[in-house]
Amino acid sequence: MEGFDAANFQYLGPEILLASSGLALLVWCTIGREEGKNRVSVMWAFISLIAAAFYATYIHADAAKPESILAGSFVLDGFAWVWKIVILVATAITVLLSQRFVEDSNYRPGEFYALLMYAATGMMFMVGGFNLIAIWIGLELMALSSYVLAGYFKQELKSNEAALKYFVLGALSSGIMLYGMSLLYGGTGSVRLDEIAAASPSGEPGYLISIGWVMMAVGLLFKVAAVPFHVWTPDVYVGAPTPITAFLAVASKTASFAILVRIFYQGIPGLAEDWQMVVATVAIVTMVWGNLAALTQTNVKRLLAYSSIAHAGYVLVGVLAINEIGMWAIVYYLLAYSFITLGTFGTVILLERKDYAGETCDDYAGLAGRSPFLAAMMLVFMLALTGIPPTGGFVGKFYLFAAAIEAGWTWVAVIGVLMSAVSLYYYFRIVVYMYQKDETESTPKPLREPVLQGAILICFLLTMALGLYPAPFIEFAKAAMLPLP
Amino acid sequence: MFDSLPILSIIAYTPLAGALVILLFMRKAGDVAVRNWATGVAFVDFLISVPLWWEFDRTAGGPGNAEDLFQFRESASWIPSIGVNYEFGVDGISVLLILLTTVLGVLAFLSSWSAIGTRQKEYYVFLLLLQTGMIGVFCALDFFLFYVFWEVMLVPMYFLIGIWGGPRRLYAAIKFFLYTLVGSVLMLLGILALYFFNQDGLLGWEGLGNDATFSILKFHEIGSQMPADLQFWVFLSFFVGFAIKVPMFPFHTWLPDAHVEAPTAGSVILAGVLLKMGTYGFLRFSLPILPDATHELLPMMIGLSLIGIVYGALVAMAQKDMKKLVAYSSVSHLGFVMLGMFALNPAGLNGSILQQINHGLSTGALFLLVGIVYERRHTRMIAEYGGISQKMPAYATYFLIITMASIGLPTLNGFIGEFTILVGAFNRSWVWAAIGALGIVLGAAYMLWMFQRVFFGPLDNPENEGLEDVNGREIAYLLPLVILCFWIGLYPKPFFEFLEKPVNYIVAKVDADYAAAFAAAEELPTADPQGDVLAGAGE
Repeated sequence: MEGFDAANFQYLGPEILLASSGLALLVWCTIGREEGKNRVSVMWAFISLIAAAFYATYIHADAAKPESILAGSFVLDGFAWVWKIVILVATAITVLLSQRFVEDSNYRPGEFYALLMYAATGMMFMVGGFNLIAIWIGLELMALSSYVLAGYFKQELKSNEAALKYFVLGALSSGIMLYGMSLLYGGTGSVRLDEIAAASPSGEPGYLISIGWVMMAVGLLFKVAAVPFHVWTPDVYVGAPTPITAFLAVASKTASFAILVRIFYQGIPGLAEDWQMVVATVAIVTMVWGNLAALTQTNVKRLLAYSSIAHAGYVLVGVLAINEIGMWAIVYYLLAYSFITLGTFGTVILLERKDYAGETCDDYAGLAGRSPFLAAMMLVFMLALTGIPPTGGFVGKFYLFAAAIEAGWTWVAVIGVLMSAVSLYYYFRIVVYMYQKDETESTPKPLREPVLQGAILICFLLTMALGLYPAPFIEFAKAAMLPLP
Repeated sequence: MFDSLPILSIIAYTPLAGALVILLFMRKAGDVAVRNWATGVAFVDFLISVPLWWEFDRTAGGPGNAEDLFQFRESASWIPSIGVNYEFGVDGISVLLILLTTVLGVLAFLSSWSAIGTRQKEYYVFLLLLQTGMIGVFCALDFFLFYVFWEVMLVPMYFLIGIWGGPRRLYAAIKFFLYTLVGSVLMLLGILALYFFNQDGLLGWEGLGNDATFSILKFHEIGSQMPADLQFWVFLSFFVGFAIKVPMFPFHTWLPDAHVEAPTAGSVILAGVLLKMGTYGFLRFSLPILPDATHELLPMMIGLSLIGIVYGALVAMAQKDMKKLVAYSSVSHLGFVMLGMFALNPAGLNGSILQQINHGLSTGALFLLVGIVYERRHTRMIAEYGGISQKMPAYATYFLIITMASIGLPTLNGFIGEFTILVGAFNRSWVWAAIGALGIVLGAAYMLWMFQRVFFGPLDNPENEGLEDVNGREIAYLLPLVILCFWIGLYPKPFFEFLEKPVNYIVAKVDADYAAAFAAAEELPTADPQGDVLAGAGE
């Protein structure tokens, strides 16, 4: 085991850059006049996130970098790099989506973007973390920032409700997870994943380890919003400011999946047969319940909340496959899902008004007539969420189910594909309103917001690129290969 | 010239390019301009596809020789990490179906001029996208690519029904989409099973250890090496996908809804081309790739086909709505097509494929004809009409010819197809042929009965007094179909020429005795090198 070397702090450069940039933004926003600060903050945050992404790539390209740093707390493998990029890009798009929202609210812009950046920093620590404590601290940084962001509209009752629910349940799950970690530590004598893997025997792991990993799994499944740990999702998604909903649905979920894979594949690979059964069960229940519950929703944000639960189920299918295709599939699917979901929420933001107005399906009536391009992009997002070619959603799902079939989980794949056929019904409810119903006097006109529209366009183009020309994205996803258990 | 151009891609993507032009450059253009442009694009696409008729070598290929059979090949790497290629190529079956698609496409565009009054720009965009999807399905030689086109096609069809359809359009459109989607996703799992079998195997079945590929021709080669129980499951998964599309009894319930609600052009394309996707799927995939399962499940396939023939005909007889009647007649006719196909001999397959073309022409024409009176009277109820041959003599003539084509009167196309199918079916079992023949009799009954109720008798509904006969544009889209019906009826030889080699190829794949006999016959006269190839592939 390599020791602690302070010089290795340089490899945490991207995280340090992002955190200090966030702090600087926070300070700058408290001094001087308010005017124009939002615009600058957006640019500040956006540039910092992109710069961090480039910095991380630079470090990744450095052939002389050590494998792990700071006494094995963090690793610098391709897995960490890929997820950092996904998280940073997703957060950067979230920043673009937030601009109008923060402008319209009466709250200071600085805190909002700074918190987003802290959350992203936490996620970067998570995906790079290689010991349970580092992972947990990263997770808490992400979670605490998210709680505050969910309640950012402090005078709105719904926002408060969302924050409180998220906080209470989130804190509980974090506690359970931490307790699981401590049991695992007790059972194996280490917090480092490779040492845990070496110390935990396969077959009969003993009570401490068994209970430990199950409790840890509960915490992780809570974060990815898998059934039965999903109950917070609909209320939080509806109550939180919409850009934050998008952030929770995308970045937070992505990072949590990354560490779920990391811990299961690298921490407890010997117990693969045990956790495969748990993941399989949770995946099926999640796919079925998420899709069925979404069928009756008429509030678009709530509908998307259930859909994000269902999508967590699909990704879990990739986790349980434990093969090469499954590994790419998880990355590819979450990448595609991120852009699709961000684009969808971008469209939601363009249509909604203060006090949670403009969020029901009725408000989408006749959108194709009012703004054909926005409707067309939303149509593509809905097709992509269903998994219809030629969109990125299809290729992602294709990989996931291919992985499941190769691994012999055919029956899980059968349920998965049937459930994605079911999902057509509710995604197309929005399409029906956009294309097949006539607008009324009360239907809102989409805002003209160049930044937001640009962000949606980026998401649209990436969604199509992921579907039409997947080769480069697959190369990217392949960089995240972990040794399979 | 044809060797150097990616002609299939040009045919497939011309409509897409036309649609993009409308979306990007004709934002301010009027409805008439969009309409003319779209129809022009469809017509140009038809013109580009016509040379396939004589450039395609009808004598190339044969049992065991897929390389020559599939022509105008295009190939490019698409997703190298899992072995997906962009691969196009056509055999005689595909050529005929592509030509059917482009011909019906032009007619469908022409028929939409008066039928579609609202949101024309979107309408023509969707119609053009649909053309691209359908042609792509018939061209694709890579299973992944095939699946992409197969699903892409659903979206424009959904909108054609869902926006420009009748009163229950929302229900009919989503029902159509859901039904076909459930079938296709299950088919996808079958594709994946094939894919992994070709490599390392799956679920305890040992694989072949080949390179990763989705090439359909590769699957043709390895299919017969699959263990029978794996073939069985893959066949079932394909069956769900294709049988829903055909539609075979009992998966047909989406069809009447979709047909009744769809606008005329939608019905024409749905009946003319989309239903052929299912039968094409069986021909291209189930039969050649899964011979053992085909034999094992033959009783089920034949049983469902026969039930479809009789059930469809009986239900058609009870319909009051002309469009619904034609829709159920499709169920019956497609049952016929499936019967011929699963006779698994050259006659049956030849007839089956020709009958697909025939059904596309005559049923397409019937929907166009029903659309003509619907536009004038806004009703399709048979009881609303009666004696209208007095007012519309030319229309009645067209209708009569197409009716006769549909029920299989000699000198018209239906006769050739049905006769050949019956020959094929009789070779297997006289019972199949007898039940099939019963379907023809019933078909004659419901078609003629409808014709009689609509056109003859007293003209007692005063609203029919003002009916105008067909106009020039309507003749322009009816006449080509009538000519084609007579052509196939009087001189089907060129069509059978297109089918001979592909049919031999498929039968040899699915019937080992036939392959052996064929190989022996080829070897006898001269010991040419090709004979060895045939013998080697006949195992």
